[in-house]
Amino acid sequence: MGPSEWLSMVMVSVGVFFFIAGSVGLIRLPDVLTRLHALTKADNVGLGFIVLGLSLQAGSLLELMKLLLLWPLALLASSCACYLVAEATLLQSRRGPGARRHVR
Amino acid sequence: MSGDTLVLDLVLAGLLVFLAWRLLTLSDLFKATVLFIVFGVLLSLAWVRLNAPDVALAEAAIGAGVTGALVLDALRRLDARGPADEAQPLRLNLPRLVGALLVMGLGAFLLWSVLSLPPGWRGLSSETAAAMPRSGVVNPVTASLLNFRGYDTLLEIAVLMLAVLGVWTLNAEPMPPAEPAGPILDVLVKALLPPMVVVAGYLLWAGGHAPGGAFQGAAVLAAGGILLHLARPFNVANRGVVRLVIGFGFAVFLLVGLTLATLGGRFLELPERHAGILILMIETAAMISIALTFVVLFVGNARDNAGRDTS
Amino acid sequence: MTPPIIYASAGAAVLCLGLFGFLAARHVLRRILALNVMGSGVFMMLVALAARTDPPDPIPHALVLTGIVVAVCVTALALALLTRMCRDEGSALLPEDRDIE
Repeated sequence: MGPSEWLSMVMVSVGVFFFIAGSVGLIRLPDVLTRLHALTKADNVGLGFIVLGLSLQAGSLLELMKLLLLWPLALLASSCACYLVAEATLLQSRRGPGARRHVR
Repeated sequence: MSGDTLVLDLVLAGLLVFLAWRLLTLSDLFKATVLFIVFGVLLSLAWVRLNAPDVALAEAAIGAGVTGALVLDALRRLDARGPADEAQPLRLNLPRLVGALLVMGLGAFLLWSVLSLPPGWRGLSSETAAAMPRSGVVNPVTASLLNFRGYDTLLEIAVLMLAVLGVWTLNAEPMPPAEPAGPILDVLVKALLPPMVVVAGYLLWAGGHAPGGAFQGAAVLAAGGILLHLARPFNVANRGVVRLVIGFGFAVFLLVGLTLATLGGRFLELPERHAGILILMIETAAMISIALTFVVLFVGNARDNAGRDTS
Repeated sequence: MTPPIIYASAGAAVLCLGLFGFLAARHVLRRILALNVMGSGVFMMLVALAARTDPPDPIPHALVLTGIVVAVCVTALALALLTRMCRDEGSALLPEDRDIE
């Protein structure tokens, strides 16, 4: 294995570590907002590391660009989804515990 | 096959069975629906592991994406009119017990037939490989869908139109007023819609030589449409233009088949020289129609008739 | 144990779970979910058994692609029927299930 492959492996491992941390947070933390916090932050960093690690192994420029496109798209989608889930939680808590769960 | 990927396969397959069991037994239907979406996403990973990238793309976009959106939307509308939960757990009475035993018997039979299949069986892969040079494309799945099994795909597009008709007919329900979506969803739509259109076009084009094709492209396009509808509710009424676009793919496919039949060939038998361009033509028309069909299946479900323009 | 055998067995299990859920569940939405799960089990068996050759047999892949699209149509139509029934009759259970409490 060359140095770039080693570096790639280290980065992917770091990324996996962040994913595991995020998942532990999702399972262990008490409520929706803290879970969101753990999940989005850790997973975004984890995905970034995995994409960077894999891009070191990309065979062509096109492949590299496709890989690097992944991260900002996932960042955008996950931060928006996070906001929407948090907003729904907030609306639900304002309506009180007896209100319906499914806010848009 | 090395040991580490075997572990991955075992874990993935086990997770799929576990999720299927949980989503059918959880009393909370909302949680069950979320697990159903997770099931779809993991299933598309399984397709990748099984060397079926075309199916993986379709599963992620259609199986998990569009179906998940449809079920969540239906759940919201059921919930608006009373608890949707299935509060009491299922009691195991006699009919259920008999059913369970019969289903277990079926499972054992299936398992036995899987394990006793002859090892060297090659299916239709050799026949397909031999016919590939005459198909006009390089991707064998696209060749099977649009050329070798054109009939199936033609009728599949007809089924899509039938589903739209059914949804339009049944959908006469007054909706609770939609809450205005926040600015964030608007930003997401503005940022994601243009790349989604590009990706759909790319998938359509790539379908000739790589994983992709009309259905995957249409699913991405439809996801964009559904997202847009969530951010800024719009109306796809049962009007002439909409009907025309929905029927467009079927019409082009049928027309190509009929033209070939009148020119001396057989119905839907694509001539070798023009197969590539004919497939691209059919796929482009089909993608536009299928995308609008998915959007209508979602939106047509969600709109009330009072909001429809009188035509 | 090869991947095709693993996924085909899991597919058989998923199929059976879905079938039993479809027969036993009372809420129609769960029945619709179960129908989808059952279909996924069939797809798993088809694609898994197609993966025994290299390259895999493309015909089952095309069949499953068709199946996925038809499944989403069926789901959309079934959900429309369900919401219509719910609106007209005020229950998400089939008539024969309603009186059994």
